[in-house]
Amino acid sequence: MEKKRGRVLTGTHFMLGNYAAVEGALAAGCDFFAGYPITPANEVSERMAERMPEVGGKFLQGEDELCSIYAVTGASLAGAKAMTATASAGYNYMQEGIEYAVSGEIPCVILDVQRVRGENFATQADIMQARWGAAGDHEMIVLAPSSVQELFDQTVRAFNLAEKYRMPVVVLSETTIALMREKLVIPEPGAIEIINRKRPEGPPGEFVPFKAGPNDVPALPKFGEGYRILHSINPHDEWGGIQWDPDVFEKMVDRILGKVTAHRDDIVQTEGFFLDDAKTVLIAYGSESRPALGAVKEARANGIKVGLLKLVTVWPVPDKEIRAVAEKADKVLAVEMNVGRYAYEIERIGCDASKVVRVTKNRGLVHTTQEIYQAIEEATR
Amino acid sequence: MKINPLQKYLRKGTLPHFYCAGCGAGQVLHYFVQAAHELNLDFDKLVGIGGVGCTARIPVFMNVEALHGIHGRTLPWATGIKLHNPELKVVVFAGDGDAASIGGNHLIHACRRNLDVTMIVVNNLTFGMTGGQVAPTTPKAAVSTTTPFGNEEQPFDLCKLAIAAGATFVSRWNTSRSTQAVRAIKKALQHRGFSLVEIVCQCPTQFGRAAIGSGDPIKLLDWIEECSITEQEAKKLPEQEAAKKFVLGNFVEKQGPIFEGTSVYRQMEDK
Repeated sequence: MEKKRGRVLTGTHFMLGNYAAVEGALAAGCDFFAGYPITPANEVSERMAERMPEVGGKFLQGEDELCSIYAVTGASLAGAKAMTATASAGYNYMQEGIEYAVSGEIPCVILDVQRVRGENFATQADIMQARWGAAGDHEMIVLAPSSVQELFDQTVRAFNLAEKYRMPVVVLSETTIALMREKLVIPEPGAIEIINRKRPEGPPGEFVPFKAGPNDVPALPKFGEGYRILHSINPHDEWGGIQWDPDVFEKMVDRILGKVTAHRDDIVQTEGFFLDDAKTVLIAYGSESRPALGAVKEARANGIKVGLLKLVTVWPVPDKEIRAVAEKADKVLAVEMNVGRYAYEIERIGCDASKVVRVTKNRGLVHTTQEIYQAIEEATR
Repeated sequence: MKINPLQKYLRKGTLPHFYCAGCGAGQVLHYFVQAAHELNLDFDKLVGIGGVGCTARIPVFMNVEALHGIHGRTLPWATGIKLHNPELKVVVFAGDGDAASIGGNHLIHACRRNLDVTMIVVNNLTFGMTGGQVAPTTPKAAVSTTTPFGNEEQPFDLCKLAIAAGATFVSRWNTSRSTQAVRAIKKALQHRGFSLVEIVCQCPTQFGRAAIGSGDPIKLLDWIEECSITEQEAKKLPEQEAAKKFVLGNFVEKQGPIFEGTSVYRQMEDK
């Protein structure tokens, strides 16, 4: 065994995407990981098993995905910054625990490495599962990195958002970037923004555990500090008491949803390329934004007025940003590695459906720059 | 007014409890707080976990750190909590549905790991909260709302399952045997490793009416007592006859290594 490594591996690396997500988690303060074997997410568990003991954290290989997601939420209530990793077929088992984490307001991070059904090839087909997979009315925060560097950066950000808003946050990875080795720069620990959950100000007895203003986030003490809080998924009042009252229920759900909807400007992150005079706009997320940008640059070189809106946050949907570019454009190309699901959101938000062109690929392969370039040519002909 | 000395262990505003008249879950709540009181357990460091169902509400009534509301996932919660903070005392309250049906896989793995957690299974032989459907613990031939012509499946012996899977403290009593039940819970709470106490419990509303033709709790308590034999008595019976009974006793009490989360460095330092 090599020498014990520290928590933040500051420096320049040539690293596997799955490993970069682990390093992002550690840099963010993760000290609990539980997961169940599934390809192509296994390198996350394997590196966590090695790294957790190095930083005084705990690693658990659960007996299944359900054990993993609930161990993560349990550890989080005990004070841990906790994470699990899985892939599409395992992710749907976890939806049960994600619902619990949403309604119980438990910070945690879920890394989903999307894969095609029954195989490990590339896809973005979980885009709707990530939004709607859990039961009951809920909002989700889902981040879609497009590179090894972004896997690191967005995993850090996922922990920060989870802690800030007391909820599960999903990093929606893909086979492409998870199993790719690329340059990764890890900053000095002091240069990485870390957000920790709000702690109660009052002593036990005075502290009202689920009391918060509209759209606001209540403080969260650790188990064992004397607060003796009842955490139930059942409808509960501000004291946590199980209570069925339509007014109490409605107020509780509205506040939990409002944590995301009212703070969307803080949560939403997008990047624009060549958008100022673009008459044709590509909208892409995750690894698809890479060939999309390549195609845009090529088209620009050939004098075509085209731009790219890259969505880093996919949920909540970046509605203002999509609307702003779609209103000015003649054509909007929704570029996706699935049968074209996010395109419905773009149609709903942005413009009349006749403007939207679906540029899809659903055969386990990422688009080539050439394929997207052709789509641009066809749309601008 | 004289106040019950155990009342301080109950969460303010949660009484009266929501159990049916004659239900035994309230008795088990009483047995637990009695045992905790006698052991002088620190309730600030106690985490009570319930899944879904009537038994799952027991920790809701207790003035502890409590988790409630997901069916079958009590032990995964307990695993995460205990691994992150081994100082906490973690107790799971599970009905037979939570423990033997939806959470069965988690149970055998918690036993195998010898997780340092206490699990109290209130076995009322049915799915009580949902209306008396057949459970993996319902006796053969018993009528329930989903076995209108009698149960054709073999019931689980949860204690045998736990022993086979590696639990290091395993005990079964029934609600009529309050002294033994409290004593077993005390032993379980003092045990280091996975401890399981099963308490066979009357559910007159859902089990009694359908299975023995009476919703009278006394009749059901008598029926459970008639079906109960000690471990010593069971040894004298043919195996098939004993399998039809509720065998009572402290079956296993041994020490074994507990699982606290993987740490390769700890193992290396030990060498």
